[in-house]
Amino acid sequence: MDIIRNFPAVSILLCLFAGIISSGLRARAAGILNMLLILTGIALNLCTLVYVIFTGEPYVYVMGKFPAPWGNEIRVGELEAFMAVFFCIIMLLSMMGGSLERKREIEDGKKNLYYIMVDLLLSSLLALVYTNDLFTAYVFVEINTISACGLIMIRQNGRTLEASIRYMIMSLLGSGLLLLGLCFLYDLTGHLLMSNIKEQVGMLAAQGTYHMPLIVALGLMSVGLAIKSALYPFHTWLPDAYGYSTLSSSAILSSLVSKGYIFLLLKIFYRVMGFEFVKESKVIHVLFVFGIMGMIMGSLNAILEDNIRRMIAFSSVAQIGYIFMGFGLGTTEGVIASIYHVVSHSASKALLFVAASGLTDASGGSCRYRDLTGAGFRNKLAGVAFTVGSLAMVGMPVFSGFISKLLFSQAAIGHAYKMLPTLIALAISTVLNAVYFMKTVIRIYTPAQDDPEMAPGRVIKMREQKQKSAALICFIILNLVLGLNSQPIIEMIRNGLGMFG
Amino acid sequence: MSRKVPEEQYRKTISYRFKTWLDGVRDPFLDTVEMRPQPEFEETAETVARRERDRERIRDRVYDLEKNRLVVFFSRIYRVMAVIFCVFLVVMLLFAVSWLPTFGEADKPVNNEVSARYLEEGLQETGAVNAVTGMILTYRAFDTFGETNVLFIAASCVMVLLMVDEAVLKKQEKKNDRQFEPKNDVILQWSAFILCPVIFIFGIYVILNGHLSPGGGFSGGAIMGAGLILYVSAFGFKKTQRFFNEKVYKVAKITSLIMYGLIGSYFYITGANGLENHIPLGIPGHILSSGIILPINICVGIEVTCTMYAFYALFRRGGL
Repeated sequence: MDIIRNFPAVSILLCLFAGIISSGLRARAAGILNMLLILTGIALNLCTLVYVIFTGEPYVYVMGKFPAPWGNEIRVGELEAFMAVFFCIIMLLSMMGGSLERKREIEDGKKNLYYIMVDLLLSSLLALVYTNDLFTAYVFVEINTISACGLIMIRQNGRTLEASIRYMIMSLLGSGLLLLGLCFLYDLTGHLLMSNIKEQVGMLAAQGTYHMPLIVALGLMSVGLAIKSALYPFHTWLPDAYGYSTLSSSAILSSLVSKGYIFLLLKIFYRVMGFEFVKESKVIHVLFVFGIMGMIMGSLNAILEDNIRRMIAFSSVAQIGYIFMGFGLGTTEGVIASIYHVVSHSASKALLFVAASGLTDASGGSCRYRDLTGAGFRNKLAGVAFTVGSLAMVGMPVFSGFISKLLFSQAAIGHAYKMLPTLIALAISTVLNAVYFMKTVIRIYTPAQDDPEMAPGRVIKMREQKQKSAALICFIILNLVLGLNSQPIIEMIRNGLGMFG
Repeated sequence: MSRKVPEEQYRKTISYRFKTWLDGVRDPFLDTVEMRPQPEFEETAETVARRERDRERIRDRVYDLEKNRLVVFFSRIYRVMAVIFCVFLVVMLLFAVSWLPTFGEADKPVNNEVSARYLEEGLQETGAVNAVTGMILTYRAFDTFGETNVLFIAASCVMVLLMVDEAVLKKQEKKNDRQFEPKNDVILQWSAFILCPVIFIFGIYVILNGHLSPGGGFSGGAIMGAGLILYVSAFGFKKTQRFFNEKVYKVAKITSLIMYGLIGSYFYITGANGLENHIPLGIPGHILSSGIILPINICVGIEVTCTMYAFYALFRRGGL
C-alpha cells in the first residue's frame, strides 16, 4: 500500500493534535504552529491530489483494524483532494491577511485560544470533505459549529456577542435537523456508512416502501445544512457574524465554514441518497426557488447597506443563492457550476474582506461609505485588490466569477422549465451586484474633498502591512488563475464528480 | 451492674438528649444556630411608581412602539407564525415517525450484519465484555476521538467567553460578591468530607471497569467532575487550587488528549496499512484486558473530569 494513502487521515489527525498542543502554548508559538500546520496540510493534500489524479480512481482508507460498515472509513477522490487543498490555501491566506487585526482586537490572554479554534476548524473541514460515514460527519459538524462560534465571539463587543448567540441558535437548529434526518435514515437502512445507505435507499426506492420517511429525512438534512450555510430565508445570523467579527474570522466563516456544509450536502445528495432519488423528490425544486430568492434579495439588502463589511456579508447571501440554484437545476452540469462557484466565491469573498479592511484602515477604521471616499488612493494595493474582487463578483471576464456565471447559464440552457427563471435571475442579480460593487469602487477612487465630517484617513504603504499585502497579492493571483485557467479545474471537478457517487 | 448517676450528669448524656429531642421537648438547634427570618418584601407607593415608570421608559426606548407600528405588527405575526410552524413540524415529524418500521420487530433494517458482528464477535475482536464500550472505543474509535475533541473545544469556547485574567480576579475579589462563598457551612462541609472520597472512588471504578460493566470514560469522568464540584462548593476555590489549579488542569487535559491521540493514531494507521498492532487483548473479564479500551477510557475520564470542573469554575468565578 502506498504511503501517500495515509496522508488525508494524517492531515486530519495533525490538525487535532495541533489544536490540543496549542492550548498549552503561548500565543506566538501557537500562531507559528498554526502556520506550519496549514502549510503541512497543503503539502499532504497536494500529494494526495497528485496521487489520485495519477492513479485515476478513488480509494477507501479504513480508520483502524476493522473494515467499513463496522469501523470508520474515509474515502478519497479527486474532488475531495482538490477541495481539501483549496480550503487549506484559503485558510492560510485568510490567517495571513488578518494577523494585524488579531493582534489589535483579541485580548492577550485569549490569543492562543483563537489558534485552537482555527486548528480544530481546519480538522473538521478536512474531515467533512473526506469522510465516508454520516455519523463522523455529524461529529465534525459539531466541532465546526462550536469553533465557528468561538471565532465570532473572540472579539468581545456587544455586536459580536449578539451575533454569536444568533449564530449559535440558528446553527444548532440546523445541527438538530441534520441529526433528526440522520436518525430517520439509520432507522430505515440500518447503516451509517454512506455507500451502504445508498445501496439500501436504492433498494427501498425500487420496492417503493418507506417512500415518505425517506423524503422527510432528505428534507430535514437539506434544510438543516441550508440553515447552516445561510440560504436566503435562514440568513439572518449572517450579516452581523461576518460584519463585526475579527477579520480572519469573517474571511474564514464566509469562504470556508459555509462551504464545508455545502460540500457535505453535495455528499448527501450524491453519495447517500443518490442523485437520481434526489432529482425525483421535490426537494431540489424548493432549493431552486430559495436559491433564486436569495440571489435577488441578498443583493437588494447589500445595496441598502451603508457599512462596507456588512455589504460584503449580504453579498454572500446572494452567492450562496447561486450555489443552491445550481443544485436545484438537478443536472450534472448545474452541480459542476455550483462547485466551481464554491471555489470562485471562496477565493473572491475572502479577498474582498481582507481588501475592505485595508481600505477601512486607511480611513480611520470607519466602515461607512462616506468615510471611504478616496481610500483607494490612500492604500493602493487594497484598492486594486478590492476592484479585482468586485469585478470577480460581478462576473467580468478574466476573473473567476465570469466562469461560474457562464457555467450556470450553460447548465440552464436546454432545461425544460427552469431555463427562463435561471437566466432572468442571473441577469437581475448581475446587474444588482454591479450596482453595489461598482458604487463602492467608484467611491474609493473618488478624490477626497475636505469634509469635516469625514473620519481622518492616513496613507498606508504596502511595506507597513507585509503579511496582509502578501495575502492580497496571492488572492489576486488566485482569482486570475481561476479566471484564466478554468478549463483544467472544471475538468478536475467533472472527473471528481464522476468518482464521487 | 447499674450505678446511680446524679440528675445533673444524666442530663448531659447523649441518650437523655436524644430522648428529649425525640419527645419534642427540646429543639437542638435552638440557641446554637443563628436563625433570622428574611425581611418581608415591602414596597411603598413611590417604589411601585418608579418601577412602572422605568419599565415603560425601557419599553419606549427599545421599541418606540407608538411610532413603530410595524414592530407591533411583526411581533404579532412572528408569534403566530412560530406557533404554526412548531405545530406543523410536530405533526409532520409524528406523521413521518408513524411510517417508520415498528419498534422491536425482528426484521427491522437495523438488525443487520453490522449489529450482529458487534454482538457476536465483539468479545473476541475487542476483548471487551461491555459491547457498547467495545463498539465506541475500538470499532468506531475515530468518532469517539472527535467527540472528545468536541468537549475540548467547548471548554475552550467557554474560556473565550468567560475567562478573566487572574490579576483582575484578585483585584475584584473584594468588590465582587460572587466571591463570597458559603464559608464554613458545617453541614455542607461534613457531607462533602464524607461524600467526596466515595464519589471519587466510584468514578474511578466506573472508568476502570468501562470495558467490563456499564460505564466508561464519559460517565466516570462526569461522576468525578461532580465530586470536584461538590468539593469546591463546600471548601472554596482557595483550598481546591492547592491541588487543582490552572496548571494542573492544562497538564492533565493536554496529556490525556495527546495520549488518546497517540494511541488512536497508532491504532488507525497500523490497522489501515494492514500491520500488526501488538496491543495485547488480554483475557476477557480481567481488569487488564481489551487492548486500547482501558487506556483510552482513562484518558477520556480525565478529560471529561477537567471539562466538567472547568465549566463550573468558569461560570462561577471566571477562572480556574
